[in-house]
Amino acid sequence: MSKTYYDPADLRKFGNITEWSEELGTKFFDYYGKVFEEGALTAREKSLIALAVAHTEQCPYCIDAYSKDSLQRGVTKEEMMEAIHVGAAIKSGATLVHGVQMMNKVNKLDG
Amino acid sequence: MATKSLKKRHSDLANSNRQLEILSNGIFQKGELPTFKDKISETNQFPLKAKKLEILQINVGYMCNQVCDHCHVDAGPDRKEIMTRDTMKQCLEVIENTGAHTLDLTGGAPEMNPDFRWFVEEAAKAGIKDFIVRSNLTIIRANKKYHDLPEFFKKHNVHIVSSMPHWTRGKTDKQRGDGVFDKSIKALQELNAVGYGIPDSDLRLDLVYNPSGAFLPGDQASMEKDFKKALLEDFGIQFHNLFAITNLPISRFLDYLIASENYEDYMYSLVEAYNPSAVKNVMCTNTLSVSWDGYLFDCDFNQMLELPVNSKVKHISDYNEELLEGRQIVISQHCYGCTAGAGSSCQGSVA
Repeated sequence: MSKTYYDPADLRKFGNITEWSEELGTKFFDYYGKVFEEGALTAREKSLIALAVAHTEQCPYCIDAYSKDSLQRGVTKEEMMEAIHVGAAIKSGATLVHGVQMMNKVNKLDG
Repeated sequence: MATKSLKKRHSDLANSNRQLEILSNGIFQKGELPTFKDKISETNQFPLKAKKLEILQINVGYMCNQVCDHCHVDAGPDRKEIMTRDTMKQCLEVIENTGAHTLDLTGGAPEMNPDFRWFVEEAAKAGIKDFIVRSNLTIIRANKKYHDLPEFFKKHNVHIVSSMPHWTRGKTDKQRGDGVFDKSIKALQELNAVGYGIPDSDLRLDLVYNPSGAFLPGDQASMEKDFKKALLEDFGIQFHNLFAITNLPISRFLDYLIASENYEDYMYSLVEAYNPSAVKNVMCTNTLSVSWDGYLFDCDFNQMLELPVNSKVKHISDYNEELLEGRQIVISQHCYGCTAGAGSSCQGSVA
């Protein structure tokens, strides 16, 4: 076993997952490639969404990949930081909105 | 940001042999990545051979008013290699007798060669179809004696191709030096004012985008759209086309890659993005690069790596179209820079 759970060089080997399940791996990568093509959203917009989600998912491979991809698409640092704040805001909002549930429960039990 | 060339700093990487060693050792020697020769052999594209000459690219000297981080020429104010008028005369003879349709002047800052204007005037008389000067823009604002360059270019119907790494000040100045963005914007506005870059104008103004760090350029058409929108909205600037160019891992960009520990990842990115259809149109197959002292190379990058053409003809004074056509192109791992993604050349994407 390697000494760490994450190795940056493993990102390059992502495609290898197809070796142990060719059909599913190929279907996944075809789908993945299609998703990121220019469509109703530009490839640049998709890259920023992916960057924000990479952070909320806390996937180090995805953060490396989409930081680079954003740079390649001419995205500025300010745009990247704003994008991950959007992710962070949804994350914290998702936590706090459950506060209503807590309030409902407390009010029911001790209202 | 460095203020001196690698050569002036006596850097190990000022030595082209050292650069070639780095490009052949490590990941390529151990077989982690295929050499460029092996890669193009996979698709039966080795050896690469020169086709008919279309573009004559002349480097009139390595002197420049800027010291950009990623310069493949290692140009700067301290570089003294300058093409003489005698060598220019030899180039003119070739221009008049060759079928090449494009003349491409580069440097350094070509305008800093004391015989630059004489050369442009003489070359313009040869009636070449597309006459390019690669201007760094800031030179126009650098000194009073250059202020009239937009008018001079217009008079000779020169096609201007200029570097512009980004439409924001921060990213541009990071790569090209403090103040470069503001001066470039001013120069572009002056070029627009005399008619350059306006839609339907014959006065061609194209911009070159090359990434500001260890990553590849994005899609040329999308980048062009973004550049046009931002430059028009923010500064009222117009231009014709954007050429997206990949940084090749040589000279100061190689130095940067190694110092920032990005070299191996960058080479992986280039090899992974290898595109056989870009190989068909690499610029070395239709271009000849002439150095400041008249020697011939397959491209400006090979010139900087001191890899001369593989031909009996080595110098512009012995130029012979028949002998040069069909020559085998000299390659190394830096060539992956021209075949990644949509490909890269001095005219932008090729695939």
